[in-house]
Amino acid sequence: MTETIAPPMLTGAEALVESLERVGVEVIFGIPGGAILPAYDPLAQSKLIRHILVRHEQGAGHAAEGYALATGKVGVCMATSGPGATNLVTAIADAYMDSVPIVAVTGQVGSSSIGTDAFQEADIRGITFPITKHSFLITKAEDIPAAIAAAFHIAKTGRPGPVLVDIAKDALATAAPFVWPETIDLPGYHPVTQPHVKQIREAARLIAEASRPVLYIGGGVIKAGAADELAKLVEITGIPVVTTLMARGAVPDSHELNMGMPGMHGTVAAVGALQRADLLIALGTRFDDRVTGRLDSFAPGAKVIHADIDPAEISKNRLADVPIVGDVRNVIAELNGVLRGADLPDYVAWRRYLGAIKAKYQVPTEPTHEGMLSPEYVIKRIGELTGPDAFYAAGVGQHQMWSAHLLPFEKAGRWLNSGGAGTMGYCVPAAMGAQVGAPDAIVWGIDGDGCFQMTNQELVTCALEGIPIKIAVINNQSLGMVRQWQTLFYGQRYSNTDLKTLRVPDFQKLAEAMGAVGLRAEHPSEVDAVINKALSITDRPVVVEFVVHKDAMVWPMVAAGTSNDDIKIAKDLAPDWEDEEL
Amino acid sequence: MNTHTLSVLVENKPGVLARIAGLFARRGYNIESLAVGPTERPELSRITLQVGVLNQQFLEQITKQLNKLVEVLKIVELEDNAVRRELVLIKLKADPATRSQIIEIVQLFRGKTVDVQNESLTIEATGSPDKLEALLEMLRPYGVRELVQSGLVALGRGSKSLTDRSKSDKIRTPVRNN
Repeated sequence: MTETIAPPMLTGAEALVESLERVGVEVIFGIPGGAILPAYDPLAQSKLIRHILVRHEQGAGHAAEGYALATGKVGVCMATSGPGATNLVTAIADAYMDSVPIVAVTGQVGSSSIGTDAFQEADIRGITFPITKHSFLITKAEDIPAAIAAAFHIAKTGRPGPVLVDIAKDALATAAPFVWPETIDLPGYHPVTQPHVKQIREAARLIAEASRPVLYIGGGVIKAGAADELAKLVEITGIPVVTTLMARGAVPDSHELNMGMPGMHGTVAAVGALQRADLLIALGTRFDDRVTGRLDSFAPGAKVIHADIDPAEISKNRLADVPIVGDVRNVIAELNGVLRGADLPDYVAWRRYLGAIKAKYQVPTEPTHEGMLSPEYVIKRIGELTGPDAFYAAGVGQHQMWSAHLLPFEKAGRWLNSGGAGTMGYCVPAAMGAQVGAPDAIVWGIDGDGCFQMTNQELVTCALEGIPIKIAVINNQSLGMVRQWQTLFYGQRYSNTDLKTLRVPDFQKLAEAMGAVGLRAEHPSEVDAVINKALSITDRPVVVEFVVHKDAMVWPMVAAGTSNDDIKIAKDLAPDWEDEEL
Repeated sequence: MNTHTLSVLVENKPGVLARIAGLFARRGYNIESLAVGPTERPELSRITLQVGVLNQQFLEQITKQLNKLVEVLKIVELEDNAVRRELVLIKLKADPATRSQIIEIVQLFRGKTVDVQNESLTIEATGSPDKLEALLEMLRPYGVRELVQSGLVALGRGSKSLTDRSKSDKIRTPVRNN
């Protein structure tokens, strides 16, 4: 007879920390408060988990995202009930839109108080239903281990995404036998990762028949760790590539077949490639409206092969001729297997045509604009002086678009930005999370003066926790992208976009007050010096303010609701397509 | 706009209905009828949904989005020949002069009288939506005081069962937790 050993009795809080350790959590970004307080007691005793005390829960959420993107692991944030939890909502929505694997652990009021409008009560599970991949409300201590195991499994498998685990205070405080689940029992959750062979063959057949194919690469390729397979696919086929905002770096920008970023602010070559293609090979991408422009005139002559791990993305916006459900890394590997040695066209006229457009229409990077420092030049120099091994985070707006064009994207997974949600304030905390995940790397945040004022409080966290991120504040004294739309579409009526950031705040003093180094540049001659100075500081965060021209605009541009064919390279200036070459 | 009937097998857990209703609201899908109830297996519930869609692509998108919900186990679109039933309770104005006429109509439709008062009569009927509509058409002239109708429930014909099939192809071996 075997003697069974009774499982140890742990409080829910202890069980939570034990479970987090067992799934391999090393870092949690969070803030304690009433309902989650029991968890913070054993958390402080953990030898495996570092808790980083942030200054706002939104910062914890974006930091968890940054950590997840830099490490490939699941990022974790923690908050108390009510406002603590609701402050996470923006970051959870951001992670949902960009498929970032994070787990948010929130305290909830005691189970007997749920539904009574108790102090700091909010139905965070209900609030986050539409923006989580899944969520749990735990009211019993014994349910905690299985919920944590399932939450991490769901967050990181299939199409990654945020999972919320809301735990009632009494579940944390009471003791129960700790039983770690041997298996994760989710009868309704079985992501398909292996593509169907028949679909792969059908895709190969379309590729062999095409004369103007384009590889339309999305962020899924980066999430799947499929950059190596993609490089082989490009090598085997010689098909031109466009990399979306989320996929910058999936193929090196130095590769002659990489036409750059497509979309509303895409390059002429990338937008032109999609519009004139006869076949789109869409991999890990979702035909976002910012890429397609007016859907009915998007890539009008193209058949579509669409591979994604989320079946619901396939044929959601654009009907796929060949749908392929699977992990895009497996999909590309299978395609490579079928296409290697196959008799393929050389697409030479197509490559020459796009190569000429790419050479002709580059994003301008002159050092000055009407005598003022130009933001494009600043961002380009940051990239050139820092190199492609650094991580680059961005906020949302003009500086994000310039960063997407001009930073040195040679490696996958080095670029962090808020693509789907477009969350201003993402930059500083996301950079913080990335730096925690990659302590030996250089982490730059390219931020705007508007974005920076939303979440800069996390520089205090960085200063105290030894997280030496570098933030470039591209100060154009305005909400630049909104101002650009006002310039173009609202008769230059600048309603509420002037931030007056030349007067207030003083970014250098603000940085110093938060324990960071503050630097500033106004002229092209100062740019390299401040960047190099920032690069030399490795023991604390640095903020570099670049005072730039407020009327610089992001070009090219496809105006909202118009066709990609109406792309402009400057105000009222369309590119010359020279279609007769095709 | 075409109406389709979806039978959705879900885990019987709190919040599942809220997730499904929320999904329909958020994505702008149109629910025409909804019925939820237990199945022969206590851990599972079955939701019968009638949805109005413009085309097949839209229906496919609804199905895919529903399938993404972790607690949804299986979705089938019921075929045209499936058994579809609704329950209706109707309180009618009735006096001694009209009572027997009403009862006669109700009996024609295989309905039942469930409550009789001096000035009213409450009847119960089950059937396909078409049949109940026809019944209502006949009764309306007598004066409908109150009407309550259930969502549609439906089962496919033949010996196959949605829950059986889910055992074999959807409820697979749990994932090892390492």
